[in-house]
Amino acid sequence: MLKQTAKTRRHSGIFGVLLAVVIGIGVSAQQPQPQPAPPAATDEFVPISQLPPQDQLPAAPLLIGAYAFVWVALFGYLLSVGRRLTKVQTEVERLDAQIAKGTRA
Amino acid sequence: MPKWFMPLAGVNAVMFAAAPFIIARADYEATMGLVQKIFYYHMPSASMFLLSAVICGIASARFLFGGSPRQDRLAHAAAELAVLFGAITLVTGPLWARKAWGVWWAWDVRLTSSLMGWMVAWAYLLVRKYGGPGSDKLAAGLALFGMANVPFVYISVNYWRTIHPKTSVVPTLPADMGTALWFSFVCFLLLFTLLLRLRVHLEEQRARLDALYLSLDE
Repeated sequence: MLKQTAKTRRHSGIFGVLLAVVIGIGVSAQQPQPQPAPPAATDEFVPISQLPPQDQLPAAPLLIGAYAFVWVALFGYLLSVGRRLTKVQTEVERLDAQIAKGTRA
Repeated sequence: MPKWFMPLAGVNAVMFAAAPFIIARADYEATMGLVQKIFYYHMPSASMFLLSAVICGIASARFLFGGSPRQDRLAHAAAELAVLFGAITLVTGPLWARKAWGVWWAWDVRLTSSLMGWMVAWAYLLVRKYGGPGSDKLAAGLALFGMANVPFVYISVNYWRTIHPKTSVVPTLPADMGTALWFSFVCFLLLFTLLLRLRVHLEEQRARLDALYLSLDE
């Protein structure tokens, strides 16, 4: 009985400490924090062309990049097919000649 | 190669040289300005990407159920063009989006389904190259999924909430923008036809080479 009471007291002591910590955290979280100043509100629509220069994204590099990619991709593919075709046709001609030579022999 | 190939290739080269001038003359879009001109290459290449996925799927179905090697060659050629035009679509789109939307990419239903379609086309080519014996039929099965994805890509913008423009934009374009777009579209369609014919010719030559090797072995 005496042992049980001591154990209960110890448990309630630990519980009390934990409660104090939780309440302490809660109180400190509720304290008002210094807020950064909000950006100046705009009360009207700002066209993209009237944005300050640091906020504008230039369109020309994107447009040139897109068109250049299309041209390079198409030209590169055409070259690749041309090269593969030349290789196969050379091989076909070589084999044709070899078969013709074998038939004559 | 057929007789019509070289004259049409010449016409197509002239059209591609003229396209930038016609595009430059089209009006600027009010909110996006200069960057909107990417549209004149983006939309036709996206259409060719979807067209090649459909051709690849139909030819693959005919190969699977009919066994025609000619259809298999057509499907292989179309899959390669799906990768090419898909790459153009997926690069030009983000370059436009960076300015218009403020981001390079959004996991939006149109963009995601297009990326999936492009990856299916890549999967088709990789299976054909590294799949070993029987890979032609396995790849043909993949192509059916690639084709099934096409209507989903097309209608996705009309059924789901998305930042990508809807399909109703094209018919409502002003006259000069419409002229530039359809001129560019015809350029890409003609180029697609020529490249498909050239690529099928390569497959035909490869088949001929295989036949020659077989006849040498016998």
